[in-house]
Amino acid sequence: MLNEYFSSVDLLVLKPAILLTLFAIGVLLTDLMLEPEQKYLNAVMALAGVGFAAYSLGPWPLGLQHQMGMAGADALEAFRGAVIVDSFGIYFMWLFLIAAALSILISIRYLEIEGEHRGEYYAIMLLATVGMMILAIGMDLITLFMGLELMVISIYILTGYLRRDRRSNEAALKYLLLGAFSSGILLYGMSLLYGLSGSTDLRIIASSISQRPAGDPLVLIAVITICGGLFFKIGAVPFHQWLPDAYEGAPHCVTAFMSVGPKAAAFALLIRMFLVPLASVRDVWLPLVIGVAIATMTIGNLAAITQSNVKRMLGYSAISHAGYMLLGIVSGNENGLKGIMIYLMVYAFMNLGAMAVIVAMRRKDIIGDEIDDFAGLVYKSPTAAVLMLIFLLSLAGIPPTAGFIGKYFIFLSLIETGHYGLAVVAVLYVAVSLYYYFQIVTSMFTREATDNVVPALSPGIRLALGVSLAMTLFIGLYPNPIIEVAGNTVASILR
Amino acid sequence: MVPLSYYLVLSAILFSLGVAGFIFKRNLVTLFMSVELMLNAVNLSFVALSYYFRQLDGQIFVFFVMVVAAAEAAVGLAIIISVFRNRQTLNVDEISRLKL
Repeated sequence: MLNEYFSSVDLLVLKPAILLTLFAIGVLLTDLMLEPEQKYLNAVMALAGVGFAAYSLGPWPLGLQHQMGMAGADALEAFRGAVIVDSFGIYFMWLFLIAAALSILISIRYLEIEGEHRGEYYAIMLLATVGMMILAIGMDLITLFMGLELMVISIYILTGYLRRDRRSNEAALKYLLLGAFSSGILLYGMSLLYGLSGSTDLRIIASSISQRPAGDPLVLIAVITICGGLFFKIGAVPFHQWLPDAYEGAPHCVTAFMSVGPKAAAFALLIRMFLVPLASVRDVWLPLVIGVAIATMTIGNLAAITQSNVKRMLGYSAISHAGYMLLGIVSGNENGLKGIMIYLMVYAFMNLGAMAVIVAMRRKDIIGDEIDDFAGLVYKSPTAAVLMLIFLLSLAGIPPTAGFIGKYFIFLSLIETGHYGLAVVAVLYVAVSLYYYFQIVTSMFTREATDNVVPALSPGIRLALGVSLAMTLFIGLYPNPIIEVAGNTVASILR
Repeated sequence: MVPLSYYLVLSAILFSLGVAGFIFKRNLVTLFMSVELMLNAVNLSFVALSYYFRQLDGQIFVFFVMVVAAAEAAVGLAIIISVFRNRQTLNVDEISRLKL
């Protein structure tokens, strides 16, 4: 079985992804044997899959990190260089597993209320996670494209998961059409990269591009199409229109998942593309990224002010967060990239936490995603209201919460590289974001409750909220461990 | 022999037609076909480049793109059908419960 085409390293690096795939198939099979009231066992099985994947990834015997430590290798190459596992890939794989686990925890009760509690949901979520993992470790255009499509096609299905719900349908449709369109544009850029270098390996492409004369029109078109496709995936202006619709229409728990996992995966792809094949043409894409980052922060923050729907508001706030993270690419130095890494991890916890509260607001006959639904929440459920307050403060970036640490490194890197104007603009927009986050807070703490239906904190949501809260506060109060890990990650990608 | 540039120009024209169709057409199925046209334009340039370089990478990429296009079409048509069941229309302008 193992010959010149396959080696044991190939299996080792893909072990987490293979385990997740097996469990996804397993969920589909066991789902057939479960009675309607036992469907929560699907979630247990999916969580077990995430657990096994985490075990095979971590620094334990049989784990990938352990094996890398034993071999003393900084990076493992597999499939003849098509896949490379370094600390960058491992960091992102951990992020995706965390996002998947927390999303599964908050999905159980939501799906029961919607009456759509079936196994496919968890299977597709696991497969989306596999796609993200491939995206984080791919080093070859074909691998990256397959990972990307596995991820986005799974997310299209999840977005339209509530078949009878018109909003869910429509969100899935818009996401699918614009997503497929952007994949086409990205693919065109990839074909140009292939044409320029005669290879699909990112490193060979990088060396070919660095040998092209400055101002080569083909390189220019390749950079523009690739940037267009990537900006679409992270939801940056002017390619952001799909994002608020998809966030508002998708089931609450899917909004939670897709605001964290796929976003981080798209950023992993973006960092890989900008730092490996397109590194030598930084002069070409830098003005583009600066313009897009400013426009993204502007539109994201200003459009969020007028929203009355919390999910839609968080959608616009997700757009503005993508703008802040792009600033880390603009400065492009060690602290900037470190800032993006920390930001993505922190964002996972705080955004999933905020979304978990919204999921808890979904009760019989109340969708619970309007700001009015949050009125007087503090009288009904003080716990939920205080938790929401902490997550919103963290999203705005107020110390001592974790959100501050991510923004701190990005602003620091901007000042280090002399982008003072950008730093000022970014800080001003933080003030704007406080305004719209506090619309929710004032609704929760100062208004009278319009109904007396208490949000139900099921065990799964409690656990997810507890983990998110603990990590949001821990990273905020004691950031040294994550700064160190992110530092190693950046060192591996800059090498 | 037909030079490489002919294929690449044809691919660029087809791709632009796909983009134009996506932007200007209003019927969901036509939009979807425009996206397929874009993907197939890219396939053409991959195959031509692969032939030019005398190596297989590009052609292998094309197989993967076809697989992805098929998967996307399956999911896309399923979503279009469920939208049609709920609204009895295939015009994108009428499907706007969520504001832009």
